Amino acid sequence: MMNRTIKYLFIKEFASYFKTPLGYVFLVMFLFGIGYLTFEPGRGSFFHMREASMSSFFRYIPWMFIFLIPAVSMRLWSDERKSGTIELLFTMPVTVRDAVLAKFLASWLFIAVALAGTFPMVLTVVYLGNPDLGVALLGYVASFLMAGALLAVGGFFSALTKNQVISFILTVCVSFLLVMAGSPPILDFISTFSPKYLVDVFESLSVLNHFDSIERGVISLSDLWFFLVMIVCWLYGNIILLNENKAN
Amino acid sequence: MLEVNSISKRFGDFHAVKGVSFNANQGEVLGFLGPNGAGKSTTMKMITGFLEATNGDAIICGNSIQKNTLEAKKNLGYVPENAPLYEDMYVREFLEFIAKMRGIETHLIENRVREVIKMCALESVEFQKIETLSKGYKRRVSLAQSLVHDPKVLILDEPTDGLDPNQKHDVRELIKKLAKEKCILISTHILEEVEEVCDRCIIIGEGEKLFEGTPNELKLKSDNGRIQDVFRAITTGHEIQGVAV
Repeated sequence: MMNRTIKYLFIKEFASYFKTPLGYVFLVMFLFGIGYLTFEPGRGSFFHMREASMSSFFRYIPWMFIFLIPAVSMRLWSDERKSGTIELLFTMPVTVRDAVLAKFLASWLFIAVALAGTFPMVLTVVYLGNPDLGVALLGYVASFLMAGALLAVGGFFSALTKNQVISFILTVCVSFLLVMAGSPPILDFISTFSPKYLVDVFESLSVLNHFDSIERGVISLSDLWFFLVMIVCWLYGNIILLNENKAN
Repeated sequence: MLEVNSISKRFGDFHAVKGVSFNANQGEVLGFLGPNGAGKSTTMKMITGFLEATNGDAIICGNSIQKNTLEAKKNLGYVPENAPLYEDMYVREFLEFIAKMRGIETHLIENRVREVIKMCALESVEFQKIETLSKGYKRRVSLAQSLVHDPKVLILDEPTDGLDPNQKHDVRELIKKLAKEKCILISTHILEEVEEVCDRCIIIGEGEKLFEGTPNELKLKSDNGRIQDVFRAITTGHEIQGVAV
């Protein structure tokens, strides 16, 4: 089903995460960070809750992702544009759509590897008690979907600029906004100048709300649609941007 | 084989290329000259399909780069300016990647990659990371990637820029060797290169075609055969002693 160019570009892109220190730095930061936050002796931490569940682990996933996903996505296109290799890529028989898809899928698989690296957490709760593994699995599904959405956002901003730092910062800001969209301070702020229905729209855009509802163990079609639509829209934006670069 | 029909490019208000047309056939090396900023690279990027032309078209072996893009690209090899490469890859791995992307059948890839490695004299660096290579080798790797799928048309954007005299010589020899069966468009501002490798040349300035002819015709315009005087007279429009444009 997948055509050849997508496949080979996907393999090359995925392999490139392990050819530079970036991939390893990311994995170490992510695994160390999420491990520390989960077991951190503050409020609501793993030990404090006294139950064999992974909720304290998944609670911090969105916050780790806000800073770490943009680090993965920032180089997707910025790097190609800056070094000029984008000229090699787009003078080969490959369409913009296929290239965007291949790069996105490769980065998504990389995040999946990072998430898979947290398996000791699952072993820990299984050892300590009798957790609901279905809920844990849905937690991972939610994390994976959220990663996809944020990567799509990051890919878009990476295509917007040749500068990786700018792409990183823009992605962090927009990711933060999307994750926090449903939180009271932001909703209060928006309601001061916009009508109620806009506030509702904004609330429904919140990545965190959809993440939470899956993570709690309830998977609804609307949550799945939300992430799917997010990914497709941002990727589409990414394709438009690259085509625009071609024209100008 | 390569047919460029009044191709032009606008960036907002700036008219970078203003309706340039030319043809090139098999076995021909066409030199593409002009001062910096004349629109050489922009024209080449349009021919390769990297940039969309505002007007006009380029036909590569019968396929329009705008309407039949993927087919046209199959017959096209391109060495971009400054020879950008995926620096974190190994030479051989990189060429294999390009071969796969170019749609060469899996069982033919190894042979084909070996051939281009030999052709571009890359045997000694085959298993080296591209980022560790010297400029000359990088340029040759870039040439090799443009040859992997044995294209009929080659577009080379300043392939000898920044190389030492020996490396320049090597690249020119390679171009001459390839010229027999391919159609090559080569941009440069080294005028002796034009005399050495090109059968015909085009000079553009400010996006317009100013001259088309053989290097010899260009030379004859000057009383003392100084090709650089002719180049200056054509591209600046100034009168230069001993040159009749």
